[in-house]
Formats: sequence, C-alpha cells, structure tokens
Amino acid sequence: MATVIVVTSGKGGVGKTTTSASFATGLAQRGYRTVVIDFDVGLRNLDLIMGCERRVVYDFVNVINNEANLNQCLIRDKRVENLYILPASQTRDKDALTKEGVERILNELKQGFDYIVCDSPAGIERGALMALYFADEALVVTNPEVSSVRDSDRILGILASRSRRAEQGDTPVKEHLVLARYAPERADRGDMLSVDDVLEILGIPLLGVIPESLTVLQSSNAGVPVILEEGSEAGAAYSDLVDRFLGKDLPHRFTSIQKKGFLKRLFGRG
Amino acid sequence: MLLRSPHLASEETPPFELKGSLFTLTVLHLFQMDRTAIERHLVEKVKQAPSFFNNTPVVIDLEGMTDSLDGLDFNGLYELLRAHGMVPVGLRNGTPIQQAAARLAGLPALPESRANSGAKKPDKPEPALHSRLVNHPVRSGQQIYAPDGDLIVLGAVSAGAEVIADGNIHIYGVLRGRALAGVRGDAEARIFCQSLEAELVSIAGRYRISEQLDPADRSKAVQIHLTEDRLVIEHLTR
Repeated sequence: MATVIVVTSGKGGVGKTTTSASFATGLAQRGYRTVVIDFDVGLRNLDLIMGCERRVVYDFVNVINNEANLNQCLIRDKRVENLYILPASQTRDKDALTKEGVERILNELKQGFDYIVCDSPAGIERGALMALYFADEALVVTNPEVSSVRDSDRILGILASRSRRAEQGDTPVKEHLVLARYAPERADRGDMLSVDDVLEILGIPLLGVIPESLTVLQSSNAGVPVILEEGSEAGAAYSDLVDRFLGKDLPHRFTSIQKKGFLKRLFGRG
Repeated sequence: MLLRSPHLASEETPPFELKGSLFTLTVLHLFQMDRTAIERHLVEKVKQAPSFFNNTPVVIDLEGMTDSLDGLDFNGLYELLRAHGMVPVGLRNGTPIQQAAARLAGLPALPESRANSGAKKPDKPEPALHSRLVNHPVRSGQQIYAPDGDLIVLGAVSAGAEVIADGNIHIYGVLRGRALAGVRGDAEARIFCQSLEAELVSIAGRYRISEQLDPADRSKAVQIHLTEDRLVIEHLTR
C-alpha cells in the first residue's frame, strides 16, 4: 500500500516545494515509485523547480473534473527513473479541489506508486487542508525564526485535529520536522533560533536540517532538484533526510560551525 | 475569548444572566405510593413543624421505592404536597417511564445523587466536577475548554493556543499560550504549570498579560491564584 506524505508548513517561502522536489527525487533514486503532486492550484511552482514546466499539458484539476485521465496528466521525470510529477492548474483556484476528487485520484495513484508526496500550498485554507487531509505522514518544513515556528505549530494542530486520520480516530499522522535555511553561525550569534530552540517548541522528531545555501536558489532557477546537485551541502542534507525517512540512523550534519559539533552539543550537555 | 466575569463591565447590561448555583433542598424519599398513608404521615409532620412547611421546595426521590409500578400518579402527588405547604421542584432516580410521567406533571428529572452507594449517606450536595484530560500538546490556534471542572494538559500549551476551564488548570509542560481558569467566576480556581512563559493568565476574569509578568517568574514552575482580588504567582518548590 502506498504511503501519502504531505509537505507542509503554514507559512509561505520556507522551502516546501524545494523539499517536496528533493524528497520525491530522493525516494525515486532509491528505487521507490514516487509521484509528487502540486496542490498549489493557481500558483503552480513545482513544475518549475522540477524543470518540467514546458511539458505540462493536463493538470490536477483536469483529472478531478474528469477532463483528462491520470496517465495523460502525469509527467515522467527525465533524469530519475520511477519519478512522476502531477502539476497543479495555473488558471484555476483552490476551490477546484474537492475532497471526493482528491480522494479518487489518490486512490488511483496508490495502485501504481509506493510514495505519494503532496506539496501543500502555504496557509491553512482549502488548498492546504486538501493536501494534508489524506496524509499518512507529514514533513513539516520550518525556518529558524519565530513566525515560521509558530505557523508550523498551527499546522501541527490542524494535522492532529482535521486530517482524515484524526477525524476517523485512526493512528495519528506521523510528524517529521524539516528545519530549512539553517545557518549555524547565525544561530550561534543568536540571530536565529537554534535547532534545540525549534525542537523544544515544536516537540516533534527532527528528520533533517537543510543548511542555508546559494545552491538551492541556483538549482531552483535551473529547474533541478537540489538533491541532484553533487557536492552541495543542501543536496547532501536532503539525501541524508531521505535515508533517515527510510529508516537509516544517520547523524545530523551542517548544524554547527564545526561540522561535527551538534551531537557533541546534544549529548555533552547532560 | 471566554472572559465572562462580572469584573469585566460589558457595554450594555443584558436583561438577565444565567448562572449555575448550588442549593440545599429537602428531599422527600418516597417508599410507597399509598396516597392515604402519605397524607396521614404528612399531616403528622406538618403538625410537628408547621413553619417548616411553608412553600418549601422539595425533591422527590424514588430510590427506595418498593412499588415497582410505572404509572405513579405524579399529578395527584403534586397536588397533595402543595396542599400541605410543599412545592415539588423535581424528581430524582426512578425508571425512565416514571421520569417521563413526572415530567408531564411539571417535575424535571434531576441527576442521581453522587453518594448513592451507601443508602444512609448524608445528602450533602456535592459540586459535580468533570475534569478534562488532554494528553497531547495544545498547538497554536487550538482552543480547549473544560466546562464544569478542571483541565489537565500533559504536554505544552503553545503560543497562540488557549486553554480554558471553569475550574483549575494544570499544565505539565510549558505554558506559552493563554490559560483562563475559573471563567464562570470561580475565584478559588488556580493555574498550575511547569514553566510559565504565558501570553496571558486569568482567574475569574482577573488577568495579566505577558508584559506584566515578573521576569523572575519566567520559565518557573508556578501556581497562580487570586488573593483579595489580585493575581498572585507563587513558585512551586519540589
């Protein structure tokens, strides 16, 4: 049975789409059949970051409205095998997303895929609610600043109360924290919240820390998921994150100025 | 926000207000439905203490009823009691059918007494406390209310979250959001938390915001209560 994973944050601009693109790519690289869905109807971005914007014919809303079938709509990634993109519609708005429609498409996708990654729009309105409603697991993307952390806290509350699992009294949505745009030297100076500060407030397991990096911007503009950028710190951090998601026990990197200090700090404290 | 307290003057005064209150009522334990026997006993009782039976409200209790008849004549009973200076105000215990018959005679069914294990326990009215337990963190934007009792939160209360209780609030994590205890005016209510980083704390309408909290109390395990209408924050010692 396929696992549905929502990538969400509450706040905009924290790296949801970047994370969705790299996470899905990483899963596919490791041999899992993966599809990533853009739920940001009206503000389509995922196709740009995945570099497939010129291949979009039909979109998510077309399938919901039965104007096209799934196979016409799924875009196969040219770089990584097993990876498909389901783009959002740019000409519609979030009202086009219906619970029944989304459920039907997810059920259909579950037949052919191992992982379904839902890239949520910002906010806590319809688009975001639809993206998280059917989720089994959630990657909550946060930046090390107070407003982003508070919005993530809000979205965690919504996951715990308004997802299908919550409504049906099922086991809760499994939560993972992704701390993106982290700059250890600024956290050390106190300009930014530290990893520990964020963990203390949100209280959910840390899946990965993605360092602030120019490569993310460059690769976004080039339409390449940053996980494919060999030698980049952000790419390596995403690669670790995917391995951890799949159950590998890896130490967190890029969280302190000396690249090994985090665990020391974590355990040396007592 | 649920700041419903007489301390907060509203812009215009409403014509009435609904409030819960506790009364001591006389309970008439009815053992059998023999009208003549009841009347005979009543006359005797009234003779003993005539001033007591002067429009005295009574609750009829059917717990010790030996007649298993469903069709009790509540209208007749009502008239009989009225005639001897008692005003029946409700019914306690009894079968659902008896309760329905009583309701038709204008007698609402009252909840069973809490101390009904021992037959001869004193009928002391006890406040019905229903505490609510929350075993997950209360996240930003969530509001949790415990009506009629205490609220116990095992996790943290995040900034932007609100926990509200008619009684006390116990938080076994960090309190970063708002906590409002005794929202229906109970000045005895208290707030307990493991670490005080609240945006707002309130007891019975008296509140203090984050800015007004003493920095010395910050991040401390505290209890908060009202003394002479003032919020007092005390550190909890281990």
